[in-house]
Amino acid sequence: MSNVIGVGASPKRKEDLRFVTGRGNYVADIKRPHMKFGIFVRSPHAHALIKSVDVSAALELPGVVAVYTGADMKADNVGGLPVGWGISGKDGNPMKEPPHPPIAHDKVRYVGDAVAFVVAESVEQAEAAAELVEVDYEVLPHVVGVVEALQPGAPQLYDEVPNNLCCDWDLGDKPAVDAAFEAATHVTSIELVNQRLVGNPMEPRAAIGEYDAANGQYTLWTTSQFPHVVRLLMGEMVLGIPQHKLRVVAPDVGGGFGVKQFHYAEEAVVTWAASKLGGAVKWVCQRSEGFISDAHGRDHVTQAELALDADGKFLAMRVQTYANMGGYLSTFGPNIPTNLYAPLLSGVYVIPSIYCGVKVVFTNTVPVDAYRGAGRPEATFVVERLVDTAALEMGIDKFEIRKRNMIPASAYPYQTPVIVEYDSGDPMACLERSMDLADVASFEARRSASEAKGFYRGLGVSTYVEACGLAPSRLAGQLGARGGLYESANVRVHPSGAITVLIGTHNHGQGHETTFAQIVSERLGVPFENIDIVFGDTDKVQFGMGTYGSRSLVVGGSALNKASDKIILKGRKIAAHQFEAALDDIVFENGEFSVSGTDRKKTFSEIAGAAYVPFDFPLEELEPGLEEQAYYDPVNFTYPGGAHICEVEIDPDTGIVRLDRYTAVDDVGTVINPMIVEGQLQGGIVQGVGQALFEHGVYDEQSGQLMSGSFMDYCMPRADNLPNMVIQPHSTTCAHTPMGVKGCGECGTIGSPAAVINAVVDALKPLGVSHVDMPASPNRIWNIINHSSVRAAAE
Amino acid sequence: MKAFSFEKPSSIEAAVAALGAEETLPLAGGMTLIPTLKQRLADCAAVVDLSGIAEMSGISLEGDMLVIGAMTRHAEVAGSDVVMKAIPALAKLAARIGDQQVRHRGTIGGSVANNDPAADYPSAVLALGADIVTSKRTISADAFFLGMFETALEPGEIIVSFRFRVPEKAGYAKFASPASRYALAGVFIAKRGDVVRAVVTGAGPCVFRAADIEDALMKDFAPHALDRISIDSTDFMSDIHADKQYRAHLAVVMAKRAVKAALEEGGS
Repeated sequence: MSNVIGVGASPKRKEDLRFVTGRGNYVADIKRPHMKFGIFVRSPHAHALIKSVDVSAALELPGVVAVYTGADMKADNVGGLPVGWGISGKDGNPMKEPPHPPIAHDKVRYVGDAVAFVVAESVEQAEAAAELVEVDYEVLPHVVGVVEALQPGAPQLYDEVPNNLCCDWDLGDKPAVDAAFEAATHVTSIELVNQRLVGNPMEPRAAIGEYDAANGQYTLWTTSQFPHVVRLLMGEMVLGIPQHKLRVVAPDVGGGFGVKQFHYAEEAVVTWAASKLGGAVKWVCQRSEGFISDAHGRDHVTQAELALDADGKFLAMRVQTYANMGGYLSTFGPNIPTNLYAPLLSGVYVIPSIYCGVKVVFTNTVPVDAYRGAGRPEATFVVERLVDTAALEMGIDKFEIRKRNMIPASAYPYQTPVIVEYDSGDPMACLERSMDLADVASFEARRSASEAKGFYRGLGVSTYVEACGLAPSRLAGQLGARGGLYESANVRVHPSGAITVLIGTHNHGQGHETTFAQIVSERLGVPFENIDIVFGDTDKVQFGMGTYGSRSLVVGGSALNKASDKIILKGRKIAAHQFEAALDDIVFENGEFSVSGTDRKKTFSEIAGAAYVPFDFPLEELEPGLEEQAYYDPVNFTYPGGAHICEVEIDPDTGIVRLDRYTAVDDVGTVINPMIVEGQLQGGIVQGVGQALFEHGVYDEQSGQLMSGSFMDYCMPRADNLPNMVIQPHSTTCAHTPMGVKGCGECGTIGSPAAVINAVVDALKPLGVSHVDMPASPNRIWNIINHSSVRAAAE
Repeated sequence: MKAFSFEKPSSIEAAVAALGAEETLPLAGGMTLIPTLKQRLADCAAVVDLSGIAEMSGISLEGDMLVIGAMTRHAEVAGSDVVMKAIPALAKLAARIGDQQVRHRGTIGGSVANNDPAADYPSAVLALGADIVTSKRTISADAFFLGMFETALEPGEIIVSFRFRVPEKAGYAKFASPASRYALAGVFIAKRGDVVRAVVTGAGPCVFRAADIEDALMKDFAPHALDRISIDSTDFMSDIHADKQYRAHLAVVMAKRAVKAALEEGGS
C-alpha cells in the first residue's frame, strides 16, 4: 500500500516543521485570561533557620497581588513533596524521609531553596517586590560534600536524620565476595568521583496554575515528562485535589533529560496560589534560577575493587559508593544510586559474585535525582575503569581482558549475581564490530603521528549494558516503587480510517510523533500522514507513566502495538460480519481484510467506515466503533548494550583534550527509525562526553554557593568539541518485547564517559598516570602533566 | 529588568549632553550591559544608545594609522579588507570574539571601555600602543587601562575612535575558557623596529605588558626565545577553570603562538 511508512524507514520527523518554524507551543507561550506572574524568593544561604519573613514592604508595591510564605502553605495544610520510589537499608529499616515542604518554613537547606512566592500583575512588578521580601535568617554551618557530610561533627540537616545518613543500602552476597577476594591472585582497587552535573534542557522549566471556581476545576500547565504522575503526586499527596478535578497539561517541552521527570515544588505552588487567587498564575524559570532549582545529577564518590585470578578472569567485585541526595529527597532521588546502579555492576561480564554498599546522604546542595542514564552511567564508569585499571596492572591488553571475561552470546538469558537477568545480547559481536570500525589495528601508527607533533594520543574502550524500558511493575514493586510502571495507548480509528493515537508517554525531543506513527502505519497499513499522536494532556490521554528510562518505545510502543492488535481483531470481526464468514477465515494483511482463499477483500478504511455505520450489526456480538485501549506492563527490563571506542589527542602545552575519533556500536534491539536512533545515540554520546571532558556542578565548600551557576562557568559540550562519529547499531532482538525493541535514549550517555576517560588515561600512560577524574579539563590535565616526574626527568 | 528611559542621539554632542543626567548609562553593543540589566545587577534611570551616531562607526587607513570607530562591530573589523591588510592580527582577533551573535552586536569601543579582564581587544589596544580618542581628549593606551573594569574614562566621557599605528608584525593567540570562551590567557604581540610589546589578557585582573617576554623577544623575535621564560603569577586570577600557575604557564604558551603567528604571513 502506498504511503505506508513502517519499521526501518527514516522519514523526516513529523513534529519538526512546527519546531523549526517557531510554531511550537511551550508553557512559556501560553497566556490565560487575567493571568498573574509569580517570582520565587530563594535562599542565598546553604543552611539557615528562618527566623521571620516580612512581606509587608513587598505587598505595598504597585501591581503586587499576594506574597506567600512557607508558613502560609503549612497553615493551609499543604503537604510535602512525595518520593515516588522508597528504599530500605541493609538493617531492613526504611530510608529516612523527612518532609519536603514546597516552600521552606522553618529552615533552608541549600542555596536556592524557596522561601516566598510573590505574585503580581507583571513579571517586572513581581521581581521588584521579591527584592523587598525581608527574610531574617540565622545562618548555620553547612556541608556540601557527600563524604564530609558523614564525618563526626558535620553540620546536621535534619534532627531526625543522624549523621545526614538517609539510608545505608546494600546489594549482594558480602561473605561470598569477601571470600573470593581472599582467594584472588590480583586485586585492583580504585577510587573515583562521578561529579555533579546540571541537566540544562534547552527550555527552562515553567508552570501555570489555574483555578476555575465555577466547577472546582484545577489546571496545571507544566514542563513535565510525565503529566499523569504529576497529577497523581501533586493532586493526591500535596494539594488534596481529586483526580477528576485536576487536569495537567505538558504541551511542547524543549528537552528533559530527566530534569523534568520529577514533581517540583513550583508546580504545587502555582496551582495552590491560583486556587487562593481564583485565576491563573504563571512562573517561568530563568536560566540562572534553573541552575539552583532543577534537580542535579550524579555526585558519587566510590571505592571499588575487582578480584582476579592469575589469568585475569574476574572473580568478584566489591563497591562502596557515597551518593549525594542534596538537601531534600527529590521524586526518585534515593532510587537512582541504588536500584538503578548496583544491579548494573556486572556489566557485560561474567563476575561470579558482586557486593555493593551505598550510603545515601543529605548535604546542603540542590537535590539530586535522575539525569540521562541515571545510575547506569555511574555503574558503567565503575566497571570500565576497574577493568581498564586491572588490565594495566596485570599487563593484559585492554581488549583481551574484556573478551576473556565477556558473557558469550550462547549464555543468554544470563542471570547476574545482582538481581537482573539479561534476556538477550551479544557483547562480543559489538566489541569486535567496534574494533573494526574504529580501525584499532592502525592505532599505533596514529599514536606515532601524534607523538611526532608533540602530542599524546590515547585509545579508550568501554562496553556497557543498561537496564531500561522502566519497568516491570512486579519487580519495581519488590524494589520499593510506589506505583506501577506500565504504559497505556489508545488507538482511535476515525470513520475515514485516519487515526488518532493517545499515549501516556511524553514527547520532548525524542521523535515519538514519527516513530509511533511508523508503528501504526506498519501494523494497520494506514498512510503515515493519516496518523497523529496525542500526548501530554491528562484530559485527553487516559493514563500514562510518562517518558524516562528509555521506556517510551519499549513500554509505550508495546502498548501501542498491543492496541493495534486489538484494532485488527475488531476489524476482523467487522469484516467477518460483512463477508458472512467465520472470524478464523478473515486475514489482515497489507492493510486489507480478506476472506482466506478468496479474492473477497475490504480495505482498512472501508472497515473503519463500516464500524461507524452499524445498520445491520448483530449488536449482541459486535459493538459499533473502532477504538481500542491497551495497557502494557513489561515482564522484564530490557538490556541495551554495546561497545564504544574513542581516541583523544592531548596537547601537553595546554592540557587540552581533543576528541579525535568516536565509534559506537550499540545493541538497541529492533530499530524503528534509524535516523532517530542515530540522533539519540549522537546526543547521548555528546552528553557523556560533556561529563567526561567539560561539565561540573561545583560547590564552594566555604560559602556553600554553586560556583558553576551559569553557562559562563558551567561548560556545556559544543559542536566544535566533537568529531564526526561512527555510529552503527548491531542489534539482537529483545526476547520479551513484542517488537523486539530495547530502547536507545540513554545508551550514548552510559557508554561514553568511561570510553573517553579510558582514552585520556591511555594517552597519559607514558607519564605513569593510572586515573584521571572527570571532567578531564585542561587545567586538570596540565597539572597532571606538569607534576609528572616522568616528564620532568625527560626534560 | 527595571524600567528606564531610552534615548538614541545622532551626534556625539547630543550623546554627551544626555549622559550628563543622573543615573544614565551609555549603550554600545550591549553585550555586557543588557544581561546585567536583565539580571537586575545594575539599574539606571536612562540608557543612551550610541548606535545612531554615524561618525562613531567605520574603518579607514590614514597614512600608517588605522582608524576604527568605537561603534564598529566585531564582525565588521573581522571582515574588513582594510584591517586584514594593515593589521591582520586585529581582524583575526575580532573574528574569534564570542560567537556570531556577539560579533554582530558587540563593538570595539564597548569592549575597551568595559575593560573586562578577559576581553580580547584591550590586549591589542595596549600592545599596538593605540591612541584612544574620546568625546573630550585623546588618551594613550598606556594611560588608559587602570584595573579590573577600570579605565581612565571619566563619567560621561565616551570613546569615539581608536587610532592604531600599523606595526611591522603582530600576532594574537588566546586560550579560551572551555565554558565562556573568554580568554583564560591571551597574548597580543606587536613589533615595530626594535620595539616589541607583549600584552597579556585574561590572566590578571587587567591587561598588562609582560616585560620578560618583551625583553626576550627584543633580543630574538622567535618562539624559542621564550622557552626559559616564566611569568610571576602572584597577582593572577584563580577560578574553577584555571589556577594562577596554569594561567601563567598558558600566557607563555600563548605568547609563543602569537609570535609564531606574527612571523607567519598575515599574523595571528
